[in-house]
Amino acid sequence: MTPPMETASGAARTMVLNMGPQHPSTHGVLRVILNLEGETVVKAQPDVGYLHTGIEKNCEALTYAQAITLTDRIDYLAPLSNNLAYCLAVEKLLGLEVPKRAQYIRVLLTELTRIGSHLVWLGTHAHELGAMSVFLYCFREREEILRIFEMVSGQRMMTSYFRIGGLALEPPPGWLDRVAKFVEMFPSRLQEYEDLLTANPIWQARTRGVGLLAPETAIAFGVSGPLLRGSGVAYDVRRFFPYSSYEEFDFDVVTRPEGDCYARYLVRVGEMRESLRIVRQAMQKIPPQGPFCAEAPGIIPPAREEMKTEMEALIFHFKIFTEGFAPPPGEVYQVIESPRGELGVYVASDGSPKPWRVHFRTPSFVNLQALPQLVEGRLFADLVACIGTTDIVLGEVDR
Amino acid sequence: MSGAQQGQTSLAVERLRAWNPEAVAEVGVNGQELTAVVPGEHLRAAAEFLRSDPELQFTFLSDLSAVDRFPLEPRFEVNYHLLSLSRRERIRLKVRLGGANPAVESVTPVWPTANWHEREVFDLFGIRFEGHPDLRRILMPEDWEGHPLRKDFPVTGSEPAGAGHP
Repeated sequence: MTPPMETASGAARTMVLNMGPQHPSTHGVLRVILNLEGETVVKAQPDVGYLHTGIEKNCEALTYAQAITLTDRIDYLAPLSNNLAYCLAVEKLLGLEVPKRAQYIRVLLTELTRIGSHLVWLGTHAHELGAMSVFLYCFREREEILRIFEMVSGQRMMTSYFRIGGLALEPPPGWLDRVAKFVEMFPSRLQEYEDLLTANPIWQARTRGVGLLAPETAIAFGVSGPLLRGSGVAYDVRRFFPYSSYEEFDFDVVTRPEGDCYARYLVRVGEMRESLRIVRQAMQKIPPQGPFCAEAPGIIPPAREEMKTEMEALIFHFKIFTEGFAPPPGEVYQVIESPRGELGVYVASDGSPKPWRVHFRTPSFVNLQALPQLVEGRLFADLVACIGTTDIVLGEVDR
Repeated sequence: MSGAQQGQTSLAVERLRAWNPEAVAEVGVNGQELTAVVPGEHLRAAAEFLRSDPELQFTFLSDLSAVDRFPLEPRFEVNYHLLSLSRRERIRLKVRLGGANPAVESVTPVWPTANWHEREVFDLFGIRFEGHPDLRRILMPEDWEGHPLRKDFPVTGSEPAGAGHP
C-alpha cells in the first residue's frame, strides 16, 4: 500500500530515503540522504567519510619520497595526476628543476591518464543511464592505456611513476610506438561513442536540461574542471597557471554554455580529443636521449650501476633510503588540472625529512558539495545522472 | 604570474592595507606565492573585501585547511587559498590561532564552498568556525572522539588493535 502523500491536515509529506553507501550508481561508497515527495527530490544531503583512510595523517609519518605511493590512491582513476601534483609541490619546496625530457614525458602520461579517466567516466555514466554497451567499449580502449602504463612503470594503475625530480625509471625502448598505435586507433573509437550517444534521443532526453548549474553558483561553490567548463567558465589550470611545460603545447580549453549534463558530456568528449592532440605533440617533443630526472645528489637516488661501483654514490643511496632528504622549512600550494578539476597539494615543511603537513584539495570533495544545487527539485532518476556528471571519485572525496 | 605582483608586495596586499591597516599583520613571499597573515578578528571582513572589491575579485576559494604546530604556539594555522579568475592571481591568507579553544569566524557566507572545508577542519583539528550553518563532523563518524589530524593524536589511531572488526 503506498503511503498517502498528504497528512491528515492536508500538508504534503516527504519520505526520507537512504541511498548508499552501498549502491551501484553512487560511484563508490557515497551515501545520499534524500527527502522525496513522490519522485521529486526535495532535498539531497551527501554523507561522506566512508572511504576515509587517513592519507594526510599517514603522509606525516613517511618520508617525502615514500608519500608518493599514497598519492596514487587518492584519485584512483587518475593516479599519475596525483603523483604529478605532489611531486611538483615538493620540487617547488626544494627549488628543483626537472629536465625538459622528463617534463614532456610527464605531460604525455598525464594526458593519457586524463583520457583513461574520462573513459571510465563515460562508460559508467552511460551505463547508469541505460546505454550499457558504451561501458564495454570505453573499457576496451582504456585497457590499451593501462597496458602502456604497465609497460613504463610495471603497474597498470597505482604507478607511482613520477618521483621527486623526474621519473622513477627510464621508459623502455619501443614505448612510444605503443603510444603511437593508441593515438592512431583512438579517434575512430571516440567517434563510435559519439555516434552512439550524441544524437541519440534517449541520451539527450536523460541529459539535456538535467543538472543545471549556473556559472556564478559554480564559482561560489568552488566547482572546477568539466563541471565548471560545462557552465561556460573557461578556467583550466593548464592555461591559467601552466606547470610542467604545458605552455609549450597547443590545445583548446573545451567549454559549453548550457550548464547541463549534456554540455558536460560534450566537454569531456572534447577534452579527450584535446588530450590526444597534446599526446601527439609530446611524442614529437620528447628527445630520444636525455636524463629522466634531475641531478640532485642527496635527493634523487644515484643510478644503480653508479651505486654499485662508486663509494660516494653508495653513501648517497644509503642516506636517501634510510634518512630521506630534508627540504628547507616553508610551505607551498601547487595546483594542477586533474581530470576532475582543480587538484591542489599543500605541503608544509619543518626542515625534517618527513613532511609536517600534506593537504590535498581534491576536486571531487569540493564538487560534490554542489550536488544539491544540481538535483534538488528534479526527479529521482535525474539524481543518477547528476551524480554521474559530477565525476566524483570517493577516494578523493574522503582521503 | 599576473603583473599585479610587484616586488615584495601585491595589489591585493596594498588594497587590503588601504582598506584596513590592521588587516595584514605580516606578508611573506616564497617564489611566486604570497602569504598575508590576517588577525583572526579581521578575517571575515577581509574575506568579504577581497571577494567583492572590483579591483581584486577573489571570487574563488580554492582551499581552506589547517596546520597543527604543536607544541609551538600559536598552535594552529588556518590557510585560505584564494583565486581571482579575472586577474589570474592567487593569494594565501593565514590566520594563527592559539591551542586553547581555537576559533575563527566562518567564511561560508562569503564563499559557500567553505562550508565543507570548515567542517573538515573542525572534524580533524577541532577548530570552531563561528556562525557556520552546520558545524559537525564530515569524515569521521558522528560519535568519534578526538581530532585525528592533531599532532597529539597517534597516527596508528586511538582505538585498540583489532577494534572495528566483528
